[in-house]
Amino acid sequence: MSSDVAIVGIGIHPFGRTEGVSGRAQGAFAARQALADAGVQWSDIQFAYGGSAAAGDADSLVSELGLTGMPFINVSNGCGTGGSALISARSALLSGQYDLGMVVGFDKHPRGAFAAKPSSLGIGDWYGETGMMVTTQFFAQKIVRYMEQHDIGEETLAAVAEKSFSLGAANPNAWRRTPMSRQQILDAPMVNHPLTQYMFCSPGEGGVALVLARGEVAHQYSANPIYLRSAEFRSRRFGSFEVFSPWTTPETLSGPTADSAEAAFASAGIGPDEIDVAQIQDTESGAEIMHMAETGLCAHGDQEKLILGGETRPDGSLPINTDGGVIANGEPIGATGLRQVFESVLQLRGDAGDRQVPGNPKTGFTHVYGAPGISACTVLSR
Amino acid sequence: MTATVTWVDPSLVVDPTASEVQLAGARCTACGTTMFPFLGGCPKCGGSDMERVALPTTGTLWSYTVQYFEPKAPYRGLEPFEPFGVGYVDLGDVCVETRLTVNDPAALSLNMPMRLVTITAFLDGDQLVQTFAFAPQEDQS
Repeated sequence: MSSDVAIVGIGIHPFGRTEGVSGRAQGAFAARQALADAGVQWSDIQFAYGGSAAAGDADSLVSELGLTGMPFINVSNGCGTGGSALISARSALLSGQYDLGMVVGFDKHPRGAFAAKPSSLGIGDWYGETGMMVTTQFFAQKIVRYMEQHDIGEETLAAVAEKSFSLGAANPNAWRRTPMSRQQILDAPMVNHPLTQYMFCSPGEGGVALVLARGEVAHQYSANPIYLRSAEFRSRRFGSFEVFSPWTTPETLSGPTADSAEAAFASAGIGPDEIDVAQIQDTESGAEIMHMAETGLCAHGDQEKLILGGETRPDGSLPINTDGGVIANGEPIGATGLRQVFESVLQLRGDAGDRQVPGNPKTGFTHVYGAPGISACTVLSR
Repeated sequence: MTATVTWVDPSLVVDPTASEVQLAGARCTACGTTMFPFLGGCPKCGGSDMERVALPTTGTLWSYTVQYFEPKAPYRGLEPFEPFGVGYVDLGDVCVETRLTVNDPAALSLNMPMRLVTITAFLDGDQLVQTFAFAPQEDQS
């Protein structure tokens, strides 16, 4: 048994569109960078968990990185793939079975919104044929109700995306690196009322790898290990409002985001008020707003004041999505959750460059959310 | 030749041949949860004994949006594509996701009264394929 798990190496392949480079190759690139960062060889890695939704089997990376015979387990869990791989690796290290392992996620998606098949979720074909099998509609309907209940205006939606693009410009690994004004964002073509094109993330490409060590041996690999204090995954319970729901309950109860965040804070013994930098799921601007409160980082209804006051920028009191989030990085499903952890480690090491949160942040938080109602959260600290 | 009309999925309604349309829901005999469309298992209590129920034909708008781009397959729509409204209507025991007859967000607001109607979803050869939708209640068109 072990009491702690640390991240001792991180690697990333820049997000966006990289013509001529497969998703697998982006995963291998990230893996090599993470190994170099930890100062270890692939042959030192005792186990790996990895995943990709659309770019091949993660375990096939061994044919490029080396056939060492170690167990490499593929994880396939939608937007929770990276989080699920991380939770699995953490458990393996906490059990004491291993000292050193890797998690890796990569992807390469075609342009345009993710296509979804009703039958794979147990819904009749009519749902797709009549135009309701569209993820963006869910986010729009959730934020329409939320904005009215909490008196949040459209400028706040634009302010979130404005921040994402400005931080993307400060992040050399981001996809969208051109700042955009609130007015440009509001004037862009509408996707689903009230959300415009520039308020949404797009499916993209990228790869992230992390080398993890049992806490007791972490200092052998890194002078600055970042501890993974907790990692919790939850699926939806009855009464939460979720994507691809032909029906829901009139009264919305606690969702997977609130459940997994609460569990992650409780298990870490670190509360949301103690978090110095947070990366939360921003599939679109509204999701960032709602997830700020669902995760417990602020109270419901306080978001507009915080966002318009600049408090969610790196130099604010509650820095959120400091690398530009998925709005600026795109969403390669297998890599997206691990990108948040990569950014948290950079911030806690003090290596985040132009977007560094000042004052030597000590604690980080990550949150992913995806269909059909899953969420994974982590708490990290130096 | 007259176009014939068919339901996109006859199991969505109590009687596909009736002129007065009613949505066919399920109610769990163990815990009373109402769901739509008919499901064989209850997501609240795990029960598997469901009774078929006719859902109310009027309710209030719980949330809404407008679909401005043409969805990918399996979407089948009328040509040319016109943006369409989508929303959830609160029928008391259950909120049902539905097409709306209105596609102007300025004409929609939370809690407005809505009523069940049918719309043509797409054409299959010369067959009109219809589905359910909700319309603002004051709109009798």
